[in-house]
Amino acid sequence: MSSRRIFARPARFAAIAPYVWMLLFFLVPFGFVLKISLSQTAIAQPPYEPVFDLTAGWAALSAAFSALSLDNFRLLASDDIYVFAYVRSLTVAITATALLLLIGYPIAYGMARLQTRWQAVTMVLVIVPFWTSFLIRIYAWINVLQHDGLLNQILLALHLVSQPVVWLSTDSAMYIGIVYSYLPFMILPLYATLAKMEPVLEEAAADLGAPPWQVFWLVTFPLSLPGVGAGVLLCFIPIVGEFVIPDLLAGSNSLMIGQTLWLEFFTNKDWPVASAAAIVLLAVLLVPLLLYERLQKRQLEQGR
Amino acid sequence: MRKSSRLSRFNIASLTLGLAFLYLPILILVIYSFNASRLVTVWGGWSLRWYHEFFNDRAMIEAAWMSLEVAMSSATIATLLGTLAAVALSRGERFRGRTLFSGMLYGPLVMPEVITGLSLLLLFVALNAERGFWTVTIAHTTLTMCFVAVVVQSRLGSLDRSLEEAAMDLGCNPVRAFVAVTLPLIAPSIVAGWMLAFTLSLDDLVIASFTTGPGSATLPIRIYSEVRLGVKPEINAICTLVIGLIAMVIVIASLASKLSSEQGESAAPL
Repeated sequence: MSSRRIFARPARFAAIAPYVWMLLFFLVPFGFVLKISLSQTAIAQPPYEPVFDLTAGWAALSAAFSALSLDNFRLLASDDIYVFAYVRSLTVAITATALLLLIGYPIAYGMARLQTRWQAVTMVLVIVPFWTSFLIRIYAWINVLQHDGLLNQILLALHLVSQPVVWLSTDSAMYIGIVYSYLPFMILPLYATLAKMEPVLEEAAADLGAPPWQVFWLVTFPLSLPGVGAGVLLCFIPIVGEFVIPDLLAGSNSLMIGQTLWLEFFTNKDWPVASAAAIVLLAVLLVPLLLYERLQKRQLEQGR
Repeated sequence: MRKSSRLSRFNIASLTLGLAFLYLPILILVIYSFNASRLVTVWGGWSLRWYHEFFNDRAMIEAAWMSLEVAMSSATIATLLGTLAAVALSRGERFRGRTLFSGMLYGPLVMPEVITGLSLLLLFVALNAERGFWTVTIAHTTLTMCFVAVVVQSRLGSLDRSLEEAAMDLGCNPVRAFVAVTLPLIAPSIVAGWMLAFTLSLDDLVIASFTTGPGSATLPIRIYSEVRLGVKPEINAICTLVIGLIAMVIVIASLASKLSSEQGESAAPL
């Protein structure tokens, strides 16, 4: 016990460098986002009007506070484009997460039932695509989904369709891309809980006369809920802000919030509105983020 | 061993289909990168033509170098900082601001990249920092050190603390006990953390787009701007090269984690 405490002090010093780094490059930047979201757009470089100047002292600062404007936020709430973008982002994220759960669960379940040696192999096989470039994997799908791509060639050869189907720039292509990219994030936490589960519990339920679907629904699934929660949140949050996949695979008529933010920033050069959009997105995501943290804490406590 | 009998036909089917789904598109891309035909979907025989094209494309080569340099430096800084953070979290017990610290470390893992990128750019603009190599490196370090911290922390958590305590009972001071006993034991996960940071940095498009300056594009930025204009066989070749590089990194990382499991502890999953 005592040696543990001796060890704790230098370990605390180890926190200093990463702590300062994260304060400077993770927390402080949000202050700037907040500040710029409250300022006015200007045609200049940088393209916004500074609301206050820290070098000007306290008087200027207090004067500036009265000049802070919520116009950008009012614009977000009144402009249909943004409201639709938020709604679409949430719809896409919910749909894609549901699909991921439906597709990922059987795979994780199959993995957990393999022999221990093969579990390790399939685990590596699932992780490898996660290491492979995100952009390249989306690009690989463009190859498959394009007009004369492999998917259409197969469908035509099997006489399932009489002429090539338009896949690119559709929501189906986007969902394929999202499910493909996030599948490892769903499989791994599910597999982690399913592999730890005692097979005796399922066997007992079967011995007591439960048909397989009842064993699954009444025993396996409830016990895997921590994994389901972790997988769902690990996928849901980043999908809401997704930019690359909808940009490359979905049509351009209805944008997600990540794309709208990007457009506002790079094309329209309206930094204040983009910042305000980011703040709102952050606020929306704070709910599942906090849920996720609570879940993790509970899992840790259960693990001890 | 008793698990082997429980595998149903449904399990086998879902595993096979799942793995096919994960690998087929990548496999097709690699095969078509050796296609002689200019038309991406028409097979014109095997050829290295598009690789030649890439090695003669100055802008692409420059972007590739920029990406490699950023990935190397940010992975190295991230590994240092991430390891320190992991040590602080798993051995430091309580310290002031610990909740905030761990919160900040988990934040970038789930935060949409657009927000992280936007906020860092606004910081750099406010600081009047010239954007380019260093701003991208700082941004990537911030993102990837969190992954390093998670990987190293999971290894530290599974480590038997009595080893450290024994070293201290034998007269080591805590820092020496760490360097002589703990560090060699967690070395494989530190290597794995570096590899993960390297590949994440090499892969990143969104954060790099926000934090880089004019004239210094990374490879994903270049690939992205090409891909938006349509599929080109040269891109297939570049992507295959990147996949090959990452595959090499994975082999080294898995050797490192094999080393760690041979040392008697269960390996961290990454």
